[in-house]
Amino acid sequence: MYHTISKKLISCLLFVVVAFGSSNLFANAPVAEDTHVATIDSLEGDGHKTEAEKGFNAGEMIMEHIKDAHEIHFITLHEGSQEEKHITLPLPVIIYSEKGLDIFSSSVFHHEHIYTSEKTGLSYEKNKEGHIIATDQTKLYDISITKNVAGMLVGILIMFVVFISIAKSYKEREGKAPKGLQSFLEPLIIFIRDEVAKPSIGHHYESYLPFLLSIFFFILINNLLGLIPFIGGFNITGNIAVTLVLALFTFAITLFKANANYWKHIFATPGAPVWLLPLLVPIEIMGLFTKPVVLTLRLFANITAGHIIMLSFFSLIFIFGGLYGSVAGYGVSLLSIAFTIFMNFLELLVAFLQAYVFTLLSALYFGSAIEEHHH
Amino acid sequence: MQLLSILLDAAMAYMGAGLGAGLAAIGAGIGIGKIGGSALEAMARQPESAGDLRANMIVAAALVEGAVFFAIVVCLLVILTK
Repeated sequence: MYHTISKKLISCLLFVVVAFGSSNLFANAPVAEDTHVATIDSLEGDGHKTEAEKGFNAGEMIMEHIKDAHEIHFITLHEGSQEEKHITLPLPVIIYSEKGLDIFSSSVFHHEHIYTSEKTGLSYEKNKEGHIIATDQTKLYDISITKNVAGMLVGILIMFVVFISIAKSYKEREGKAPKGLQSFLEPLIIFIRDEVAKPSIGHHYESYLPFLLSIFFFILINNLLGLIPFIGGFNITGNIAVTLVLALFTFAITLFKANANYWKHIFATPGAPVWLLPLLVPIEIMGLFTKPVVLTLRLFANITAGHIIMLSFFSLIFIFGGLYGSVAGYGVSLLSIAFTIFMNFLELLVAFLQAYVFTLLSALYFGSAIEEHHH
Repeated sequence: MQLLSILLDAAMAYMGAGLGAGLAAIGAGIGIGKIGGSALEAMARQPESAGDLRANMIVAAALVEGAVFFAIVVCLLVILTK
């Protein structure tokens, strides 16, 4: 059974890589113009060449890893020299403007700075922050597959493969003991059901269990994906937009399933004197909105802070190497690697913990939303 | 007057951000230290409840850390925006 799962997983991932990589082939940038631009570039000095003389900029490197990008950058060979070669996987850029929908590979921005689409006639270029803007300031809706989206798709793929195979094996092995992947995930699933959902929600926990399990495993897998090196450095749950959407899911479910008792507690808190209500109701309403905000910020800040700390420890090597020569760099690397390994363990704990806390708090909010009035 | 002009200097923002992050770390240390301390004390009094206490301690620590991360994010915002 492991063979079929790992084969399926690998073939799915290969498909994803080939699909995004082959969009390179369909890039509209004409080849003849490439050489023309290249000669002009070498005359006035390429941007890459001047970077070779610049020192190592830690802040820039860290921000580059934390931020979203239109390509997955795996590794840079011969950094700082003339033959600097970036190994990247360019991702499709999907832009919608009033002139139409443009889909092209982000590799068009490798050699030229401006890309003109034949379909809509708009010229696109990347501004300083790496966003794609139109040269004539047309309003663009950038709905591309960026690094975060690609990472989320990989996580979702993993979840589909794992959970569908587990569901199948549960059905086949009805009444028998769990085996293989089932027994690996069963403690986690039972833990969420018995320690998180049942105590927090009470009797009707079953309808909320799919959401809680999905959110737990989604956050867990995306957190762990951000810890794996050499696959492009994902930072999915460290993106505040992603965590905001997850918190909004919880918020929406709480609002839709809240019963009259819940609203009564907010707008007419039992036991509060009437003259206190004008002060109490705004506070309660603010409390209603701070819950998703806190969920967002907690997950975002935990994961991003962890990534920044690990990247900073690695940057120490290069900073010391730049300041005091490469021997100091090698010496510091021992200490730095030891610290980074320790931080990696801590980040592993944080990955589990943050997924658990998000799920637990969502369950608690659901429980308080459907709580019946009792004296 | 000179103090005011020193205080309004843009570079003071960076110092403020650093101080804020440090104070936030102090807050986290005190909060989580108290949680851990009382949890350990309770576990010492009644070793059978160690499992329950451990789970609740971790939850409370994560919630306190959430508040601390608010402060960290605000300090980061001070540094990163303009």
